[in-house]
Amino acid sequence: MQSLPRSIQILLIVLTLLLVFYPMFGEALVGDKYDYYLQKLTTIMILAIMAVSLDLLVGVAGMVSVAHAAFFGVAGYTLALLAPEYAAPSVWIALPLSLGVAALTALIMGALIIRTSGIFFIMVTIAFSQMLFYLLHDAPFAGGSDGIFLMFKPEVAIAGVQLLDLSNRATLFYVVLTSLILVYLLLRTLLRSPFGRVLFGIKENEVRVQALGYNPLAYKLVAFVIAGTVSGYAGFLSATQYGFVNPADVSWMLSAHALFMVILGGMGTLFGAILGAFAFEGLHYWYSSMTTHWELLMGITVILMVLLLPKGIAGLLLQLDERWQRRRRGDEPEPAPIVKTKAEEHS
Amino acid sequence: MDFPTFLIQTMNGLQQGLLLFLVASGLTLIFGIMHIINLAHGVLYMIGAYLAFWLTSLLGNFFLALVAAVPLAVLLGIVMEKLLIQRLYDRGHLDQVLLTFGLILVFDALQSMLWGNNSHSVAVPALLSGSITLTDNLNYPIYRLFLSGVCVLIAIGMYLIIQKTRLGMIIRGGASNREMVQGLGINISWTYTAVFAVGAALAAFAGAIAAPVSSVYPGMGHEILIICFVVVVIGGVGSIKGAFLAALLVGLTSTWGAVLVPHFAGAVVYALMAAVLLWKPRGLFAGAQ
Amino acid sequence: MSNMILQTHGLTRYFGGLVAVKDVSLSVAPCQVHAIIGPNGAGKSTLVNLLTGHLKPSSGQVIFCGRDISGLAPNATSQLGIGRSFQRTNIFPSFSCLENCALAAQSRLSHSMRFFRRVEGYAAVRARAERALELCGLSHRAQAPAGAISYGEQRQLEIGMVLATEPSCLVLDEPMAGMGQEESAQVVELLRSLAREYPLVLVEHDMDAVFSIAHVLTVMVNGEVLASGSVDEVRCDPAVQEAYLGDGEEVY
Repeated sequence: MQSLPRSIQILLIVLTLLLVFYPMFGEALVGDKYDYYLQKLTTIMILAIMAVSLDLLVGVAGMVSVAHAAFFGVAGYTLALLAPEYAAPSVWIALPLSLGVAALTALIMGALIIRTSGIFFIMVTIAFSQMLFYLLHDAPFAGGSDGIFLMFKPEVAIAGVQLLDLSNRATLFYVVLTSLILVYLLLRTLLRSPFGRVLFGIKENEVRVQALGYNPLAYKLVAFVIAGTVSGYAGFLSATQYGFVNPADVSWMLSAHALFMVILGGMGTLFGAILGAFAFEGLHYWYSSMTTHWELLMGITVILMVLLLPKGIAGLLLQLDERWQRRRRGDEPEPAPIVKTKAEEHS
Repeated sequence: MDFPTFLIQTMNGLQQGLLLFLVASGLTLIFGIMHIINLAHGVLYMIGAYLAFWLTSLLGNFFLALVAAVPLAVLLGIVMEKLLIQRLYDRGHLDQVLLTFGLILVFDALQSMLWGNNSHSVAVPALLSGSITLTDNLNYPIYRLFLSGVCVLIAIGMYLIIQKTRLGMIIRGGASNREMVQGLGINISWTYTAVFAVGAALAAFAGAIAAPVSSVYPGMGHEILIICFVVVVIGGVGSIKGAFLAALLVGLTSTWGAVLVPHFAGAVVYALMAAVLLWKPRGLFAGAQ
Repeated sequence: MSNMILQTHGLTRYFGGLVAVKDVSLSVAPCQVHAIIGPNGAGKSTLVNLLTGHLKPSSGQVIFCGRDISGLAPNATSQLGIGRSFQRTNIFPSFSCLENCALAAQSRLSHSMRFFRRVEGYAAVRARAERALELCGLSHRAQAPAGAISYGEQRQLEIGMVLATEPSCLVLDEPMAGMGQEESAQVVELLRSLAREYPLVLVEHDMDAVFSIAHVLTVMVNGEVLASGSVDEVRCDPAVQEAYLGDGEEVY
């Protein structure tokens, strides 16, 4: 697979730098709204991590899962349940366990549903999300609809020496930003690997992939678990940020929002999912500031987006870049290929 | 447990199942014929309930409200299909999920704007209020019997249509082939509109007729949507017969679950679904898919 | 008969009450081209699906290199060495031609659960893909998106992908479907060169092609074998002539 077009790379780097510098210069720019935006950006980046892992499933492997929040919530709950009441949980214990629970949940759910596809798969993922919702809602240890509070952020320390103070908002911001960048790079590496190629093949023509000698179920299951684990990591960060988990964290509605982020951003491109998370939250913020019935505006946006912008923001950007490139090279006698290879579209 | 209680719970379970069948049959029809996953099906149920509430207070009579609600729901279904749903026929499932999810957001917001966030109740019409005495110490609300009866009638009607008409032939064949259907001399575009409108009407009617027993509140569409998915998953996508059996099964499981394991009442139905999937990964009557 | 590469014994497949393939027994020797012909609806495609595992037999067996493979999944039969091409072009349209063959070649790695090295870094895979592309005559289209090349080229790619999996036996389902005269001639040449190296099971309607490269012919009608034997024998068989070949006219 080839890299992204230069203009898009530059765009992403600029956006990343803006984020990097925000905590340093933000206060000077936005005054007393600094803290609010710092938290908001942290939340958006956490959602972006969830969205980018969903893109692996939806945009790459072609599995439309509406259960992605399940792993997000389950990891958050694990952290909250592990946390002792009057002390900070150690990140070296809490993080692996949270990720482990998310991975296990994905493995079990995946094993049950991976043989299905299409509409059936979608419905089953929604149903399993709801099942988890009720389990967490009703189970006596899970705090019911009120959820669980996390009194202390996880402690990142070695031999009693603190490495990172996660209760410091700027520190958490950088931890999340670094996580987002690392997750993106990890998934991008995954997509360029043999495993990634098989996933792309499955989305395009699963029958042929099997006829070539691969067992598609195994690859789909592994993708499901990887994506679920990364989603769990986002949930861990979210629980850390808010200090609070509740059953809504596993709801299928949250999963549907994540799906929308992936589509809005442009599925299959990875960076699109990240842009989509920012765009979605931006719209949410803007609509909420206009009316309490922001859902109406968001719903209309979703509908219009599906009808008018099927390739999402990333698709639009890539199309614009392509047109600009052609104009830059002067009018060429040969038109650009009708169908872009996957290699030309994504990194 | 004594026999009367057993009987009452079972009858409740069956009634719930029959009602669920009304809603789920619409969903599985829309899938089976048009291959559209319609997340907005739940809000149609909710719209039916709110129509019942609104029209009853407007017209002063519940039965009139029911009669008035059905054509309104059909109209809404036709408008939805012509305006939006028909653009989804050539699109993938992801687009269908998102667009119909957008519809949920829109209708939820409209409901909130029109009727606020409180729950409302619809009175059981005087004609059907009260209980009927079945045995010595067993009284059963007449309205619930009426509700079950209506559902059974509709189910029979559906059975007859499916077995005896050309449209029914398409449904039974799980016709996915538009050319083939057109070759049978059937106008495909209006067939799809009709199927969608009927599905919408069934859901709305179910919401309306259930309003006196289940009250009317925001978000009621979401719960029933998911349960319908469970019914369709258990019954097998596209199978009306499967939807009927699965609906009864789910209704009974849900009711008995609330009695036997009240702590996990919510999750019991999903445990059932998981168990069925382990045994039959594509549902009990997995049809053309 | 133990040196037969591929054999079927009494292979039968029902769909509900309909018999698609009935009691078919045939064998393919190494370095032999075994063509299967017959009118539409004769059960040829069903037979191919049974050979490659896309369908399970209702009864009967498929033996490959002495091993019973009846009912194995398509990926298992592929890994054992049966390379199958499809009647309706079944490629990855957004991948380049080279990438199509690379994905095919990659299947011969012990496993593809490899996450960290770029796929281009697997030199053996790339070499195999390039060779397959060369064999099927598409080296000049290596970078072109498979969805943008001509129909004839796509049919060639279809075969190229199979070659990239380094099969020990080829099963080709109507490789010349929908092709014009000139394109067909090219593919016949390709098949002829392949026939020198691989045992070949060929389902085809194009009689010219069949008679020019096949050694053994099996004629199927209504799911059953009408005749099976060397090309000359079958051609002269009166039952075959009556039922299928007509008065020596082309059958389309």
